[in-house]
Amino acid sequence: MNGIKVSNLTKIYKVPEREAGLKAAVVSLIKRKNKDVRAVDGISFEIEPGEIVGFLGPNGAGKTTTLKMLSGLLYPTSGELSVLGYLPQKREKDFLQQITLVMGQRSQLNWDIPALDSYDLYRAIYGIPVDQFKQARDKMMEVMQLGDLVKKPVRNLSLGERMKAEMVGALLHQPQVLFLDEPTIGVDVTMQRRIRSFIQEYNQERKATVLLTSHYMADVQALCKRVIVIHHGKILYDGQLSGLVDRFSAKKTLVVTTSDLNGQGPDMNVYGAVVSSEANRTTLRVDKSEAPQVTARLLADLPVTDLTVEDPPIEEVIESVFATPSEETP
Amino acid sequence: MIQADLTGTSGPAQRLGRISLRDRIDMYVVAARQAVMEQLQYRAANIMFMVHVLIEPVIYLVVWSTIARSQGGEIGGYTAAQFAGYYIIWTLVRQFNLTLGPYAFNWRIKEGRLAAELLRPVHPIQVDLGYYLGYKIPQTLYWLPMGVILWLLFKPEINPDWWQVLVFPVALLMAFFVRFCFMWVLGLVCFWTEKVDALFELYFATELLFSGRLVPLEVMPAWAQTISGFLPFQWTFYFPIEVLLGRVGLAEFGWGLLAQIAWVAGGYALIMLVWKRAIKRFTAVGS
Repeated sequence: MNGIKVSNLTKIYKVPEREAGLKAAVVSLIKRKNKDVRAVDGISFEIEPGEIVGFLGPNGAGKTTTLKMLSGLLYPTSGELSVLGYLPQKREKDFLQQITLVMGQRSQLNWDIPALDSYDLYRAIYGIPVDQFKQARDKMMEVMQLGDLVKKPVRNLSLGERMKAEMVGALLHQPQVLFLDEPTIGVDVTMQRRIRSFIQEYNQERKATVLLTSHYMADVQALCKRVIVIHHGKILYDGQLSGLVDRFSAKKTLVVTTSDLNGQGPDMNVYGAVVSSEANRTTLRVDKSEAPQVTARLLADLPVTDLTVEDPPIEEVIESVFATPSEETP
Repeated sequence: MIQADLTGTSGPAQRLGRISLRDRIDMYVVAARQAVMEQLQYRAANIMFMVHVLIEPVIYLVVWSTIARSQGGEIGGYTAAQFAGYYIIWTLVRQFNLTLGPYAFNWRIKEGRLAAELLRPVHPIQVDLGYYLGYKIPQTLYWLPMGVILWLLFKPEINPDWWQVLVFPVALLMAFFVRFCFMWVLGLVCFWTEKVDALFELYFATELLFSGRLVPLEVMPAWAQTISGFLPFQWTFYFPIEVLLGRVGLAEFGWGLLAQIAWVAGGYALIMLVWKRAIKRFTAVGS
């Protein structure tokens, strides 16, 4: 069975460019200048059928461009790609019947009528047998706890409610490959959790391949064992989510709790950078290589009642990766 | 953890391969039903729109009836009562040839709706066709009371034979198809440029002049009638109106119908031709 294969995929956009001011505006009337922007720059990866992969990167990193190429909405400038054994840009009917692209910021449902009626149009478009459609629709609506929301015109739904309805609509034809671009954007925590568990269950039940972009690390941590990190159009990391911290974080967080020192304790800055300090509990940031020695010193010097050594939060690691200029990232 | 079987099915939901005629008809029906439901949501807006649609022909009607009376009761072969008949039928034809306008097409691209439609296994024009056919049902219902009021107010002279009444719906439907095709082609221009207002307005002005929308073509100068013979517009307004007015003979109707079929075929071929290039461009630059 085929999953997703991408080799040396590149997308270059031609973007009009001109200086500010009247003179430049007049000149641009006669002579247009374009600038090449490499949105995706020679990326390669493979995703096995049934795998859920997080596709991470800051805004403008090339995530959505990649998803659009994989779904067939954009022609690549160069490189090879295959989804379920199809060439996406040919947008063959059989291919389109087996994929879905959900863009959290774009609505696909008709705003003027209830989602239930839009679902019926999807059924007709995809040629889904009525019985099978009803069974799948009702189950999905139940899992998403949509209830009577599907009977209201979509324009009257909140963002979270609409997103849940969009997700059901996008999966009614039971695609084998899901491209999810920020499916939980702007949605509250409860709704996010509901959408996440919906994706997870769909993946487990249908053995569907999922490529997910999200700025919420909770989504990624809950759903993806593997992540691909893209920045400036290039892949910085492709591997286990746990490995991302090892690879990019040179620090460890030590949380040390001592018995009451009555204000006689040492200056904690000698052990590492103090992140926070309250009563007898101090959070330190130390270099990963020094963590064992610092831990030993803390235990020897202080009446420690509790000590934990943690990796920094994943958000922090990702943030530091994205903040690094492209030439400097490993 | 929710224990329900999520999809409730084990096999693939969809049948891969060619979409059957039955599925296609089902899709048209569902799309048409959606249009009806959508139109019924906006009753007040529809009545306002209907009033707006009526203002245009009523102005033409009053102006041309007055001119006809001042010219000794007739102009271009139309009496004041025949002008009334022409513009009352006009209102029905207008309701029927309403279709997706190019501005709506532009919105569709900008909002990313078209991108979503491109990822479905059916050409967007197919859904549009079903939708705008369904759109005629509530629009015709909304038109009925207005038509009766206009009839009572202006006392038109309409003398069709029985066969002209029978073939009128055919001419009306074909008028919609012709306009549907050319409006779609015009909408496709939005793939190349966002600043399309000037082009659209030029198109609408040309349509107004050469379609019989402004005035029956017989009243126009000879050169304008000649030009209109080379354009699709008269088949979307003038021709169906003339059929129900009883001013078109059987042979003339046959030729008119053939012309409508030819323009639909030409328009559809043009759509397919431009569509290929438009999609190539869309998939090159994104939305």
